[in-house]
Amino acid sequence: MISIIDYGVGNLYSLRCSFEYIGQRVVVTDDPSVISKSDRVILPGVGAFADAAAKLSATGLDKVVRAEAASGKPLLGVCLGMQMLLEKSFEYGEHKGLGLIKGEVVPIAPKVSKDYKIPHIGWNALSFPAGREKCPIFKYLDDGAHVYFVHSFYADGCGDALAATTEYGATLTAAVASGNVFGTQFHPEKSGEVGLDILRAFCEV
Amino acid sequence: MITKRIIPCLDVRDGRVVKGVNFEGLNDVSSPIELAEYYSKNGADELVFYDITASHENRKLFTDILTEVAKKIFIPLTVGGGINSIDDFDRVLKCGADKVSVNSGAIKDHSLVGAAAKRYGDQCVVLSVDVKRVGGRFKVFLHGGRIETELDALDWIKKCVDEGAGEIVVNSIDTDGVKGGFDLELLEKVCDIVDVPVIASGGAGCIYDYTKLFKAIPKVDAGLAASVFHFGEVDIRELKSVLRSENINVRMI
Repeated sequence: MISIIDYGVGNLYSLRCSFEYIGQRVVVTDDPSVISKSDRVILPGVGAFADAAAKLSATGLDKVVRAEAASGKPLLGVCLGMQMLLEKSFEYGEHKGLGLIKGEVVPIAPKVSKDYKIPHIGWNALSFPAGREKCPIFKYLDDGAHVYFVHSFYADGCGDALAATTEYGATLTAAVASGNVFGTQFHPEKSGEVGLDILRAFCEV
Repeated sequence: MITKRIIPCLDVRDGRVVKGVNFEGLNDVSSPIELAEYYSKNGADELVFYDITASHENRKLFTDILTEVAKKIFIPLTVGGGINSIDDFDRVLKCGADKVSVNSGAIKDHSLVGAAAKRYGDQCVVLSVDVKRVGGRFKVFLHGGRIETELDALDWIKKCVDEGAGEIVVNSIDTDGVKGGFDLELLEKVCDIVDVPVIASGGAGCIYDYTKLFKAIPKVDAGLAASVFHFGEVDIRELKSVLRSENINVRMI
């Protein structure tokens, strides 16, 4: 069973439906005992970093996520949920993240010319870092597969945790991975068959 | 680089698609769920569901359908039609919509775009505008071009973007239904004044109209249409391979 952590941020309906569509049992929950009994954990999120981080710690779910990650259980952060896995964010101030993945969240705008619209919204192609083993959640994908992005900030300085990038006037982090912890900046639940293949592969980790 | 998006629009009345047509492998042409699945499998980058239901009683039918669509289709969904309040935003977002398109609701209540953007984020709010030339100016119209408003289209679009509209659907009434191509003059003017994604609507009659659009105005992000797709005049897969052969970046499936 998969737990999608419900900490009051964002609409979890599509995410839940996408796992059900690929034949997984899934619950949307804020109950630590349910989360600890599940085989896999999803950390979702849309909106502003500070607000989401505050909600996660107010509910005590930050500790739950850290404990689940430490237990070796596969954990997937999606969009803002991915950004929360990092050490810190510079979205409107400086905020501490969960620190499960190396790197920090910074704005896209200063990195790209003014011709690039912000947010980065739409379908963009994935590239996988050369000379490294492909991250297991992308095992069904080829280089250049398109996924759906909506974001104004991105993860920088992820080092060896960098699992995929995309080009948008600059090379942006599209996904991160470190051991059993994974994160996608894009929305696999909105990325058609390619996205479903990522979720399938995550369920096989 | 980000791809140009091709977006079919499904007009839904009382739970059924208006202007359905026979596609191979499609049993029920007026089922929004089947048609949405068909488009999704055949290369649509996003879908727009437009609720043209007249009565309040049938609104529930529309949201029920949306809920069903969201269970099966995993590409971005935009919903429009009858969006007049934050409650309407809430109603469709809960059923699986990713973005909400407002048109007359924003004109009736000038605070709606700003309030919705603040609550759900700019990326969630799509401003749809029906535009027609009147005496050398672009004016905003209501009800598919039947009612003229006082609003200058370019001023109105700029104002809504400043308040948080994250995307603009520009529907040219002058070119709509004529199938002679998109309204390039209008679209260019809109692209010059805003820096959010601009979606061209109204006038597509053939594949060539799309290549012309994206070549003439590289800043246009997407092309939206209804009948050319529904009547099979433009096949999305074929359209995308032609666009790709013209070096326009599209998502192939």
